Amino acid sequence: MPDSSIVILVGGEAGQGLVTIGQLMAKALVRAGYEVVVSQDYQSRIRGGHNTFVIRTGLDVFHAPCDKVDILVALNAETVARHKGQLTPSGLVVADVDIDTTGLNALRVPFRTLAPKVVQDNVVALGVLGQTLCKDIGLLEQLLREQFAKKGQEVIDQNLAVLRAAYAWVKTQDHGFACLPSAPAYPAERLMLTGNEAIALGALAAGCNFCSFYPMTPGSSVALTLAEHAKFMGTVVEQAEDEIAAANMAIGAASAGGRALVPTAGGGFALMCEAVSLAGMLETPVVFVVAMRPGPATGLPTRTEQADLNLVLHAGHGEFPRAVFAPGSIAECFSLTHRAFAMAEKYQSPVFILTDQYLADSLQNAGPFNTDGLPEIPGPLLEPANPATYKRFALTADGISPRVIPGFSTALVVSDSDEHTEDGKLTEDLAVRVQMVDKRLAKGQGLAAEAVPPSLFGEEGPNGSKDVDLLLVCWGSTLGAALEARERLAEQGRSAAVLHFGQVWPLVEGQFLPRLTAAKRTVCVEGNATGQLARLIRQETGFRFRGQVLRYDGLPITAAYILRGLESIL
Amino acid sequence: MVTAEDYGTFDTAWCPGCGNHSLLAAMKQALSGLGLAPHQVLMVTGIGQAAKAPLYMNCNMLTGLHGRSLPAATGARLANPELTIIAESGDGCNYGEGGNHFLAAIRRNVDLTLVAHDNGIYGLTKGQASPTTGKGQVTKAQPFGQPSEPFNPVAVAVAMGAGFVARGFTGEPEHLAGLIQQAFRHKGFSLVDVFQPCVTFNHVNTFAWYKQRCYKLGPEHDPRSRDQALAKALEFGERIPIGVLYANDRPAFGADLPTLKLGPLALRQPDFEALRGVMRSYL
Repeated sequence: MPDSSIVILVGGEAGQGLVTIGQLMAKALVRAGYEVVVSQDYQSRIRGGHNTFVIRTGLDVFHAPCDKVDILVALNAETVARHKGQLTPSGLVVADVDIDTTGLNALRVPFRTLAPKVVQDNVVALGVLGQTLCKDIGLLEQLLREQFAKKGQEVIDQNLAVLRAAYAWVKTQDHGFACLPSAPAYPAERLMLTGNEAIALGALAAGCNFCSFYPMTPGSSVALTLAEHAKFMGTVVEQAEDEIAAANMAIGAASAGGRALVPTAGGGFALMCEAVSLAGMLETPVVFVVAMRPGPATGLPTRTEQADLNLVLHAGHGEFPRAVFAPGSIAECFSLTHRAFAMAEKYQSPVFILTDQYLADSLQNAGPFNTDGLPEIPGPLLEPANPATYKRFALTADGISPRVIPGFSTALVVSDSDEHTEDGKLTEDLAVRVQMVDKRLAKGQGLAAEAVPPSLFGEEGPNGSKDVDLLLVCWGSTLGAALEARERLAEQGRSAAVLHFGQVWPLVEGQFLPRLTAAKRTVCVEGNATGQLARLIRQETGFRFRGQVLRYDGLPITAAYILRGLESIL
Repeated sequence: MVTAEDYGTFDTAWCPGCGNHSLLAAMKQALSGLGLAPHQVLMVTGIGQAAKAPLYMNCNMLTGLHGRSLPAATGARLANPELTIIAESGDGCNYGEGGNHFLAAIRRNVDLTLVAHDNGIYGLTKGQASPTTGKGQVTKAQPFGQPSEPFNPVAVAVAMGAGFVARGFTGEPEHLAGLIQQAFRHKGFSLVDVFQPCVTFNHVNTFAWYKQRCYKLGPEHDPRSRDQALAKALEFGERIPIGVLYANDRPAFGADLPTLKLGPLALRQPDFEALRGVMRSYL
């Protein structure tokens, strides 16, 4: 179906309240039953600079940003200059009367007349937007009441008056912008949250009760979300002195019975690599969230990229098993985080969730998340069958040894980062060394057997191998853009399917290779410059992609970007 | 009744005459003297000859990475408020590789005891200067003499207002066991820096060198006085004081944290009702 979404871009300097406008408008739209995808673009500074908050909304389901702008809410003149080129032919600019909008279809808002105070400018903008889209003022009134609840009735009333003035003013203007079509009443309660918030909720649903972290954009908001809810959930959240401490604290906590999460970004994760190896050796379940941003080094701290797959795949010296998840949507941020904890606990291994700045910060409608249907993750083992003979690293067929938590029985739990015997003590017996390597790697077989298969969208025949002209392969947050590209291609009469890897390690050839070889053309779409998933697939299976669409300018991949890339390949 | 024998006797990889032997004995004496059974104790160590200590006694053990015993011990403490948690490692591990964690542990004041084997040399890597090696001391790695000033862990701890700061000497094992016991009783972070001569690689700070200089602090020293404590912590030369240098009643980390009052993490169940409430905040 053709793209019926509309895009609202709110732009201005950091500190002008554009996020408040955007968040309230997005929430109003979600409550009114619309689909919403927000992408945030901000600079690494607290005040000033040029930042945008982009809401894509409509009735059709989509999960990606796009490049066009239908309504440009410009809080400063720079926003008009930068973004007027993206305006659609019927596009509308909303800006203060003092901002030059010559030649553009504009609502020139008398902010100083409508709002007595500058701090209320965002409420004016909200009201102008609401009336332009023909949305019931009651929705926004309710949101303002919630927003200002703590500030008292007087502040609420002042803001409601500003909102009503803005609505009334727009009604006197002839802007010609078409109303958003009405949304059907939505049957279930829907949430609006970011990818990182969904990861935090998924962790809580998995019984995560410990989080150690060192602040780094765009990973921090996972920890901040857990901290925000700690008073209800009891989660122990500790800001460590550095990333090395954060990772080692998590290992200590997990060893003593906590269920531990460590969120970070690529650079911070680089500091944690030795601890990842320790978790592999001590067979300690720890879930790491690595929210990717462009590197190397400090790179583009507030932009997006998918370039840390190689880092996470190979993090830590020595050989030990791991699993790496790469959620493609807000819903998968929740469900795959739960899965990550289940795998970490069962296989007593470090497990990773790869997300990126776009998905981490993108507000979208999602859920509600059903916690009843989640598989139960067993709690820690407090007492072994026979405490006197307990061996932490007992050799077993599947490599999984009963992991007892110290202090709850007379069993002694001994674990050593040196190569160790079954009872956990240092050894240089080389035959034992071989047994222990084999034991640890045996758990990798289990992780592979339980790997989440890649999801196929479109053109699936009865045997799952029907030919398609084009198979777009992607991982992580690129899913939404790939699905939308597929729809655009269908409009052009081209059959395409999408194969999305929500788990990128272990790769199980049988789960995807037949589909790759059955497709006439295969193109791998990734947010990095070297095609890391494509290389990984080639390394594991020998399969070579026909083409690649790669993006590494710091912006999220969109359908239009993929289509442009395909032009030179197909 | 718990006795030192409950902690077992093991062959060690330490050199004959190493100070570690007496420290191990003092540790077992201190633990059993408090009636603590091996399963109630978690010893978290880093890497080095000192970090091998829990291999030679019965207890729960987590030997992790060089320099990282304090963060791992901190994590364990936050997960379980009931275990007796000891971080034990050498001067290189705690004051060199893990220096930032040492400062953070004092600030955080989590309830655990750091026993630092301080022999002024790297033993396991065969004789390079450590953070507490004296200036000018010649080693294979510092042939022109160690060029940097030594780190003074007890003075730093006192300056930062650590809750319990003691210094012991393996040549005074009874006294040392007493210091370790007092450290265990202290609620909050406690430091016991232990002179533990390396017979193989440190030919300056020998057993005789310490024996000649160390003297026990007497009743005239008031460990509640930070000024006196700092003066004693800085005394390092012809005479070196051992004993409790400094103590105060800073509340331990978490005394006012609601998330830590809910008991050991291992005993908690996921609260789905609370989680549904949290999810409603995103409507």
